[in-house]
Amino acid sequence: MRREVPLTIVFVCGAFMAFQYFVPHYVSAAVYQYALNWTIIIGIFTLAVGIGSLIHVHYDRISRRKSTWLYSIVTLAGLSFMAVLGILSPNALTDSQGLFMKMYFYVLSPVQATMFALLAFFIASAAYRAFRAKTVLATLLLLSAVIVMLGRVPIGDMISGWLPEGLRISDVARYILDYPNTAAKRAR
Amino acid sequence: MSNPASAGDSAARLRDPDTEGEYRFSYRALAPDPGPPAAIRAVDNPNDEGGKIVVSWEKAPGDNGIFDAVRGYLVRRSEYSDSGFYEITRLPMGSGAFSDASLKNGKSYYYRVGSIYPGDTLFATETAEAIPEPQLFHAKRLVVLISMLLFTGAAVFLITHARKGGDLYVRPIAGISAVDEAIGRATEMGRPILFVPGLGEASRVATIAAFTILGRVARKVAEYQTRIIVPNYDPVVMTICQEVVKEAYAAAGHPDAFDTKDVYFITQDQFPFTASVNGTMLREKPATNFYMGMFYAESLILAETGFASGSIQIAGTDQLIQIPFFVAACDYTLMGEELYAASAYLSHEPQQLGTLKVQDWGKVVSIALMLIGSTLYLFSDRAASMLTEWLIGG
Amino acid sequence: MTSGGIWFRLANLDRRWVYLVIGIVTFLPIIFYIGVPVSITPEVQAVYRKIDSLSPGTVIMVPMEFGPSTMAELEPMARAVLRHCFSRDLKIISTALQIEGVILMEKVLRESAAEYGGKYGEDYVFLGYKPYPDIVILNMGENFRKPFPRDYYGNNLDDLPMMNGVANYSNTACIVNINSTSGVDYWINYANGRYGADLALGVTAVIATDYYAFLQSNQIFGLMGGLKGAAEYERLIGRRKDIANRSMTSVSVAHLFIILFIVVGNFAYFINRGKGRA
Repeated sequence: MRREVPLTIVFVCGAFMAFQYFVPHYVSAAVYQYALNWTIIIGIFTLAVGIGSLIHVHYDRISRRKSTWLYSIVTLAGLSFMAVLGILSPNALTDSQGLFMKMYFYVLSPVQATMFALLAFFIASAAYRAFRAKTVLATLLLLSAVIVMLGRVPIGDMISGWLPEGLRISDVARYILDYPNTAAKRAR
Repeated sequence: MSNPASAGDSAARLRDPDTEGEYRFSYRALAPDPGPPAAIRAVDNPNDEGGKIVVSWEKAPGDNGIFDAVRGYLVRRSEYSDSGFYEITRLPMGSGAFSDASLKNGKSYYYRVGSIYPGDTLFATETAEAIPEPQLFHAKRLVVLISMLLFTGAAVFLITHARKGGDLYVRPIAGISAVDEAIGRATEMGRPILFVPGLGEASRVATIAAFTILGRVARKVAEYQTRIIVPNYDPVVMTICQEVVKEAYAAAGHPDAFDTKDVYFITQDQFPFTASVNGTMLREKPATNFYMGMFYAESLILAETGFASGSIQIAGTDQLIQIPFFVAACDYTLMGEELYAASAYLSHEPQQLGTLKVQDWGKVVSIALMLIGSTLYLFSDRAASMLTEWLIGG
Repeated sequence: MTSGGIWFRLANLDRRWVYLVIGIVTFLPIIFYIGVPVSITPEVQAVYRKIDSLSPGTVIMVPMEFGPSTMAELEPMARAVLRHCFSRDLKIISTALQIEGVILMEKVLRESAAEYGGKYGEDYVFLGYKPYPDIVILNMGENFRKPFPRDYYGNNLDDLPMMNGVANYSNTACIVNINSTSGVDYWINYANGRYGADLALGVTAVIATDYYAFLQSNQIFGLMGGLKGAAEYERLIGRRKDIANRSMTSVSVAHLFIILFIVVGNFAYFINRGKGRA
C-alpha cells in the first residue's frame, strides 16, 4: 500500500499530462495550468527544505567544531545577511545605491565572473594534458579544433590573409561549422 | 534633386556626370498607388482551447520590402457587422496576419483591416466574421498520438518479454564496468566517494538516470561501509537522493549507517554550487568522483579540480557540449544515451531493459524517416515539407 | 640535461605553469592594447540589417537571459544591440528570465536608454523576471499581460504608453534574444515555432555551434556568438573601441597559446613515445 498509492497518483497524473497534449479544450488547458501552478508552489516549498538542509549541515559542523567549521560560519552568515538585507530593504531590486545592489555588483557578480573565468585556465591545462593525436580520429578532431579556434578569432584571418578567399582559416572554420558540425547537431 | 532619403528608405546612390554631385533616388517614386489590404479573412484558430480568431489579409499595394510606402496595418473589431468598430492593434509593415485572443467562445466577431500610409489609413470595404470555438482534439497531432501509442505498446511488449525471461542484449559500456572497481578503490584507500547528480531538475531524463546509478553505487558503498557524499543543486533532487541512498543502505542491511548530512543541498546558483563542490573535493579528497546528470559550463571546473585532487572520475551526461570536456578530464565518460543505458545495464530490471530496447527501435524508425525525408528533398521540396509538417503536427 | 629529459618534463609539465602563461598572455594585451581587425560574418550582419531596416517607432523585443558569469561575453553584445535599437528610435520590450542576472539586465537596459534619452514607458519597457521560462514564453505569445500583468517596477502594462496596442509577439517586428541558458530552445520552439515570430539569437561562444542548424533551416534569421559576435556588432554600429573589440586581442592571443600548448604537448608525447617513455 505504501508504494501502490504514490505509484497510482504518479501514473494518473502522468497519463493525464500525456493525453492533455492532444486535448486543447479550455477545461483541459485549465487543469493543466492548475497543475503547473501547483508545480511552482511545490518548487518554492522544496527550496525551504533545501535551505533547511543547508542550515542543518553547517550548524552541525559548527557545533561539533569540525575541521571546516569556519567556512560554515561564513556560509550561514552570508545566507542570513543577504536574506535579511533583501527582506528589510523595500526597494532592494530598484535602488541602485542600496547595500543590496552594492553587494550584488561588487561581491556576487565579480565572484561569479571569476569562477567562469577559471574555465580559460582549465581548458588550457586540460587541452595540454589530454589532446593527443593518438589515432586518426583523434588527429582529425585536433585539426578541426585548431582550425575552428583560430578561425573564430581575428588572428586566424591575420595569419591566413594571404590565401585566396575560400581557403582562409575563417572560411574553413565556417565550412566545418556549417556542414559537419550542423549535421552532427541535427543528429542529436 | 530629391532630399536625402531618410534611414530605412530603399534608395540608390547615383552620380550626376555634369555637376559631379551625388543624389539619392528613392524607389518610393515607383511605388504603386496606395490601397487597402485585400482578401480579409477571419477564421477560428484551429486546435486550441477557444477564444482565438486568426485574421489574415493580402498585403497592401507597395508593401513588398522594396518601396517602404506602407507604414503598417490597423485592425478593428466589433461585435456587430456594420457598426461599433474599435481599434485593437497596429502591426508593422510586412504583416499579413494577426491572432486575436481572449475572446468569448460561441460569439460572433467582425473585423476590418486598414493599411496605414503617411497621410491616411485606407480600410478594405469587406468585413470578415468568425466565431471562436474550443476543439476537443488537436487534429494536427494525430501522427504524434499514433506514434506514442505504438511506442508505448512496443515498450509494454518488450517489458513483458523481459519479465518472462527473454534476453535483451545491452552492449558492455566501459564506464559502467569501472564503477565497481572505483568503489573498491575508495574502500581500500579509506576515502569517501563523491557523487554529483548534476544541475538538472528531477523531471529530466539525465537526472532520473543519475538516481538509478546513485542507487546502485550507494548499495555497493553501504556493503563496503564506505562514505558517500552527494551535494545537490536542486532541493527536489536532494530529497529524492536522500530517499535513494537511505533505501540503498537499508537494502544492504546497514540503515543506521546512513547520514542525512552527507546528502545535502548547496545552492541553486551554478558557480557557487561549483565552488562548494570544488572545496569539498579539495578538503575531503574523495577517491572516486561520479558526475552523472545534466552539467553545463561548470563541468570542466569540476573535472579539473577532481583531477587535481587525485580522484578517479567517471562522468555521464547528455549535454553534447560538455561531453568533450568530460572526455578530456575524466577517466571514463558515458556519452549521451550511454547514461540512460547505464541505469538499465546496472539494474537489469525488465522495465528498464524493455524501455531501452524500444528506444533503440524508435531510433531505427527515426533514421528511416530521415532517410526518406532526405531522399524526398532531392526530388521535391514541397513533398518533403508536407511530410515534415504532417509528422510534426502543430 | 639531455633533450629527451626536456621533452619528458614538458610532457609532464606542472599545470600551474600553464595557468601562469595563460594568465600573462590574457592580461598583457589588456594593458598594452593592440587593435586587431574583426571580420563581419553574415549571421551577425543579418541581425544588424534587420534592425537597421525597421522604421522609427517599431516595437522590437530584446529579451536577455544572462548572469554575472556570462556577462563578459553577453553584456557587450546586449549593449551594442540596445544602442543600435535606441539610436534607430525603436521601441524595446525586454524581459529577464534568468534570476541571477535580473538586476544586471535592468542596469544594462536603463543605462543604454539613458545614452539616447530614452524614456521609460515611452521608449522601452522592462517586464522583469518570472519563473519557468518555458511557460512565460508560451504565454507571452498569447498576451504579454498574461505572465506580466505588471512590469518590473510594478506599473500596470496598460498604463504604459508604449504598450498601447501591443498584445503579443505579432505586434513586434522581431525578437533578438541574448541568452546564455538552455532556455534558447524555448524561444525557438515557442516564439518562432508556434507563433512565427522572427527570431535572432545572441549566445555564448560555447553554445553558438548548437544553433547553426537553426540558422540554416531559417528558424532564426541571425546568430551572434560570444565575444567575437559582440565585437562584430560593435563594429557595425561604428563603436570600434568598445569593450568587445578591445578584448579581441586577449582572446586571439589566448587561443594561439592554447594551440601552442597542444602542439608542444603532442611533440613531447611523440618524442617520448619514440624513446619508450610514454
